[in-house]
Amino acid sequence: MPGKLKAKIVAGRHLPVMDRASDLTDAFVEVKFGNTTFKTDVYPKSLNPQWNSEWFKFEVDDKDLQDEPLQITVLDHDIYSANDAIGKVYIDIDPLLCSEAATVISGWLPIYDTIHGIRGEINVLVKVDLFNDLNRFRQSSCGVKFFCTTSIPRCYRAVMVHGFVEELVVNEDPEYQWIDRIRTPRASNEARQRLIFLMSGELQRKIGLKVLEMGGNAVVGYLQCFDLEGETGLVVRAIGTACTLEKISTLTSASTTHPSNSSPSKDMKEPIFGEEAPGNPLFSGPPTPLRVQTFSSFSPSKSYSRQSSSSDTELSLTPKTGMGSGGSAGKDAGPLKALMRQQTQSALEQREYPFFTLTSFPPGFLLHVGGVVNARSVKLLDRIHNPDEPETRDAWWEEIRQEIKCHAKALGCHAVVGYSESTSICEEVCILSASGTAVILGSRFMQDGPLDTDHRLSRQPLVFSTGAERVEGDMGSSISLGFEEVAPPGCGFCHIPYDELNIPFPAQLTNCYCCRRYKVPDVLFTTIDLPTEANITGKGCLIQARLCRTKKKAQGEGNATAISNLLPFLEYELHTQLMNKLKLRGMNALFGLRIQISVGETMLLGLASATGVYLTALPSPGGIQIAGKTPSDITYEQHISNMQKKINDTIAKNKEIYEVNPPEFVEEVIGSPIPEPRQRSRLFRSQSESSDDVSELDLSYGKKDAFVLEIDDTDAVEDIHALLTDFPTPPGFYSCNTEIMPGIQNWTSAIQMFTSVRVFRLNNANLTNQGLNKIFSELCENLLKSFYFKLRSMVPCCLCHLNFTVAIPEDELIQVAVTAVAMSFDKEQTLENGRQSGDKTLIKAITENDEQLQFSLELNAELSSPNPLSSTKGLSDVSGSHLSARAHSVDYSSFADRCSSWIEQLRLKAHIIRRGSVKTTSSLEKASPLPEGRSRSLRRNRSYSGSSVAVVKMTPLSLLPGAKIIKYLGIINMFFIRETTSLREEGGVSGFLHTFIAEVFAMVRAHVAALGGNAVVSYSMKECVFMENPNKNQAQCLINVSGDAVIFVRESELEATSVQPQSATTQTSNGGEGT
Amino acid sequence: MSVELDVFVGNTTIMDKEVYQLWLNGYTVNDAVKVRIEGGIMEECEASAEVLLSDTMDQYRTFQMCERLLHHPAKLANQLLFQIPPDRQAMLIERYYAFDDAFVREVLGKKLSKGTKKDLDDVSAKTGIMLKSCRRQFDNFKRVFKVVEELKGPLVENIRQHFLLPDQLARDYAAIVFFANNRFETGKKKLQYLTFHDFAFCAGQLINHWTVGAVDNMMDDMDVDLDKEFLQDLKDLKILITDKDLLDQHKSLVCTALRGKTNVFNEMEANFKNLSRSLVNIAAKLINAKDVRDFFIDLVEKFIEPCRSDKWTSIDVNLYLIHYTNSVHILDTFKHHGVWNRYMGVIKSCILRMYHE
Repeated sequence: MPGKLKAKIVAGRHLPVMDRASDLTDAFVEVKFGNTTFKTDVYPKSLNPQWNSEWFKFEVDDKDLQDEPLQITVLDHDIYSANDAIGKVYIDIDPLLCSEAATVISGWLPIYDTIHGIRGEINVLVKVDLFNDLNRFRQSSCGVKFFCTTSIPRCYRAVMVHGFVEELVVNEDPEYQWIDRIRTPRASNEARQRLIFLMSGELQRKIGLKVLEMGGNAVVGYLQCFDLEGETGLVVRAIGTACTLEKISTLTSASTTHPSNSSPSKDMKEPIFGEEAPGNPLFSGPPTPLRVQTFSSFSPSKSYSRQSSSSDTELSLTPKTGMGSGGSAGKDAGPLKALMRQQTQSALEQREYPFFTLTSFPPGFLLHVGGVVNARSVKLLDRIHNPDEPETRDAWWEEIRQEIKCHAKALGCHAVVGYSESTSICEEVCILSASGTAVILGSRFMQDGPLDTDHRLSRQPLVFSTGAERVEGDMGSSISLGFEEVAPPGCGFCHIPYDELNIPFPAQLTNCYCCRRYKVPDVLFTTIDLPTEANITGKGCLIQARLCRTKKKAQGEGNATAISNLLPFLEYELHTQLMNKLKLRGMNALFGLRIQISVGETMLLGLASATGVYLTALPSPGGIQIAGKTPSDITYEQHISNMQKKINDTIAKNKEIYEVNPPEFVEEVIGSPIPEPRQRSRLFRSQSESSDDVSELDLSYGKKDAFVLEIDDTDAVEDIHALLTDFPTPPGFYSCNTEIMPGIQNWTSAIQMFTSVRVFRLNNANLTNQGLNKIFSELCENLLKSFYFKLRSMVPCCLCHLNFTVAIPEDELIQVAVTAVAMSFDKEQTLENGRQSGDKTLIKAITENDEQLQFSLELNAELSSPNPLSSTKGLSDVSGSHLSARAHSVDYSSFADRCSSWIEQLRLKAHIIRRGSVKTTSSLEKASPLPEGRSRSLRRNRSYSGSSVAVVKMTPLSLLPGAKIIKYLGIINMFFIRETTSLREEGGVSGFLHTFIAEVFAMVRAHVAALGGNAVVSYSMKECVFMENPNKNQAQCLINVSGDAVIFVRESELEATSVQPQSATTQTSNGGEGT
Repeated sequence: MSVELDVFVGNTTIMDKEVYQLWLNGYTVNDAVKVRIEGGIMEECEASAEVLLSDTMDQYRTFQMCERLLHHPAKLANQLLFQIPPDRQAMLIERYYAFDDAFVREVLGKKLSKGTKKDLDDVSAKTGIMLKSCRRQFDNFKRVFKVVEELKGPLVENIRQHFLLPDQLARDYAAIVFFANNRFETGKKKLQYLTFHDFAFCAGQLINHWTVGAVDNMMDDMDVDLDKEFLQDLKDLKILITDKDLLDQHKSLVCTALRGKTNVFNEMEANFKNLSRSLVNIAAKLINAKDVRDFFIDLVEKFIEPCRSDKWTSIDVNLYLIHYTNSVHILDTFKHHGVWNRYMGVIKSCILRMYHE
């Protein structure tokens, strides 16, 4: 009995009128936890009741504290009939169970009803007294912190990253129980909401137990999902990364920041040296020096020439399909054995699943990136017989994870990062998908020795008996290798992780364009964020591949087989599209790749989103060449040459837009110009296949770096058209689906998070694949266009973390939901330039030799994790011309950031002057200590008689530009159902959903504010299931959202209060370390 | 093929001022889109008509959802559904409560009843303002009226506090409420030349000087009604025209002071008795509610028109009224100096404001 939960009901406001006669309400409140219920007195005849109740005390087990929500029901007292419910509030107690999170929940929370939406607000106070239970066999896991954020949270330091945790719980869906036929929709919705609350509480507790077992104290990158399987039940599953986190002593004033940051960075460096040193010879084998030499003797044009890149981008499919020119996991297992042996040192090998849900990492964590690995499997849903032992679902995921692990091995990697799992369900067919990025990790954060997750091992993987086929795809790109302390970290992760003589799939390797010592692939695909230390050229952009495939209506096994057969083609085409679009933008790497496949009754939808960038370390991509197969008549030739011209123009234009101008850069380095047209050569795609086509090719140019599209049928023509129809982003806009746009710095604090949902009806039943593709593509493009238009006032700005979710809610309907954040940035570079020169001189003064530089980089990189903006900001400064300058740009600028705070100060001041109004309002948001601000806010308070609502920012990113997160208050994980039987009256489907989404935002904000927070980071809308029945005037929608509640302070305020001490300490600390 | 559902919700509610104005003006979504297209926004932002339509629909929905809150602006500040920055909130409120001069001129002084509301289509036809917008403006007047009618304390301050309006707008609303409450006649043909701001100015004068609140801030009474005691006292001024000696004495004092200072001295001298009688009669009659309604028409008919036909300039009128007011204090038999000043101060500023040359 180790917990006492206390709740106090203070007051209500804006209650709805429940008594028509008096236009008033006689409200009282029921407070329920577990099976205990308390009631307040009735506060008669008021819409703003003041209950001011006593403290209601619940003495409960801490297991229940984790599982159960506190349930507050507001009712209208009625003497003659049953009391009418006004609405409910569910409060997740979890944040109060962790000593480092929130201590009290206090504030106005919206009273929510599943039929009427928000109906007034209630002011509550909730506290928990927890007695520590050290029982080894306890069932609770209080105190384990959960973070949705997929990086090490900003005010923590990762002492140890333990690895993958997963769990799933199943239950019957109340909506499909027999009782649902006799109860009201409200009762049914509430039963469902409550059940899901309970299930996610239980899930979190179980995951917490696993974390404790592993010796961790937190879960980072916690990803919880619901599978609404319908008749067969409801599955809640979660994955995450167990870590041991240590709080970096925070810092209300920045003066303490730097010393406390620099010390961890120091002790972090040592272990890396210690553990990596013996490993080095393995990676940097004898060929290394040789390669460097050959490289330097290469003519520049040769360094450019490479094979068609298509070969390494081929999907490697299951061997029997025979399409893979690349190696699938099984096929290439043999030659890889040698490599495997080399890596047995890694503790990861012994782990069941060396997976990490993180997408960005502390420096030194990620050594080499292989490529994207992903696996899918089609299953037929059956009834879950024993909800307590959800073996089938577990077994399904186990299979998939094993497969992912194999794929990673095939890429010469021992771990998978940026790992995520998802499902798509249509009737009784379910597609399970998992994807991640195969990598080699530094051992700094790894626990030594094998990890016991025997509870899983003891389970026998059950083979699914209905015979649904499994299909897997493995998107191999390439790899990197050879972590070396000397290798600039800006390119280290690009180096291939496996022996170049045993490439798991045909890839074109070249020497790294940064360090020139190691091999790099020509294209790199990943599911993670761009590492902060990566060297890139120009800016990035969102790249999407969209695909629709029709499918015959079928039932059961036949249906599953049909889907299985379609999947490889779908993946292959998505991949080709991605590759084409990447080349069209003159870029060579994709980050944050997310492939979503959605299944409907008569079609499959595929949407792949990623952020394209030009990695400086990788070779420049060739152009796209169109080849006509039958060069017979002149008009056809002309048509082709027109198209070719268009493509060339687009590439040139894109290079300009995204400031990708690598040839110049290469010229400077190597010193001999490359004639632009000669770069392109004619070649068929998949040149590596020794098909007859190849011989027909005109290879007279002798170079093989162009990507060739062959037009031999109408499909290809359509494809090329589709390629060119992507709407260019309007001036001033950028977009990406990663956390922050590569290549953009100096963000302002102006952000706007938004959610947009569109449902498109295909009235025409007989559409071809091409027609469908076009419609789907236009749908996505139009959505983007709408965003650009709506957010035009924020220009220059970037849409970050654009997260598209597609679904096929019913036949002929396509639903696209997008959540993203628009962040504006400062275009003016004049000040930055001034800073740059300042930085440079400073650097020169302080550091002269390489070692010191390297050292300062370590410091900076460490610094950048709690405070990434200062370092990224700096990057633009040195967007200069020389290779050397570029390679070390991170070091220079961010180092300078630390030691030249006065320059920062100067910039900030100028900034304030420039955008004065914005700054003042932002400072007002949080009762700034400045006298000016205070007088203003006083005035405002007076004029807006009522107390105004605190502003809560929301963002899908893990950071807030221009602000420092000082505390994590706990995870927000909310599930709501809204239903209406008066759809028309509520403004139709759009009006209904608009209100609902606004309500969900409002509830999230209110709960965050009640925890004492002023922002939600890593916010995501995981589920948005919308169903309508216009004939009955009905609609229903389910939304699941999650995020981390935090407290942030503006950097400007931090610095304003402690300018002097800060600069003083940084100066001294630099002096100490630099010499 | 059609878009079945299309929503966009921002954490900070996105509102376009231009679209808001179109919505306030009563445009339908399609008309609003047309107006926006004509405004050249498509070229400016490389947007398509489709995008515009979607955006306009979104915004209209947002405004409709907000409208309920705008009826009680104080709620806008502490509601949770929309996160709107304070300056935006102020903008929303200010624009929602803004009104067209042409419209207010039509309903000024009318009873804010259902009957008047029914006639709004005529007003709409006459002014060219869309019916929807007319209704909003009318409902605003009525809502403000209802709230402040029962409140104690200064009228303008009450309006500002309850509806969070900027000072000038609060004053205008005070004028509207004041006119509606006292039912001043403003629609007569002879008054057509006066603008709403002329009336609003006069209302401000009346509120500040002739109501109970004007004399005594401590009084728990309202600003909406004229000070009955004062109106009663105004009757005493009649002595200025009934007492022959006093009238002559007054005239000679005024004429002595004016001689040589104006081009229309002869007309002034000739009209003195008439004008003085008119002003004092207006004062004496104000005790009757019916005559209060005719206050402005009386001022125009009895004073402004005669002066205008004699081609007085504003300066002449000002000069005349100054001396006319001040000379009274020299009359030894006249005792009601306080009332006289309170009356003439307002009359003078009203006449000067209403005197369009």
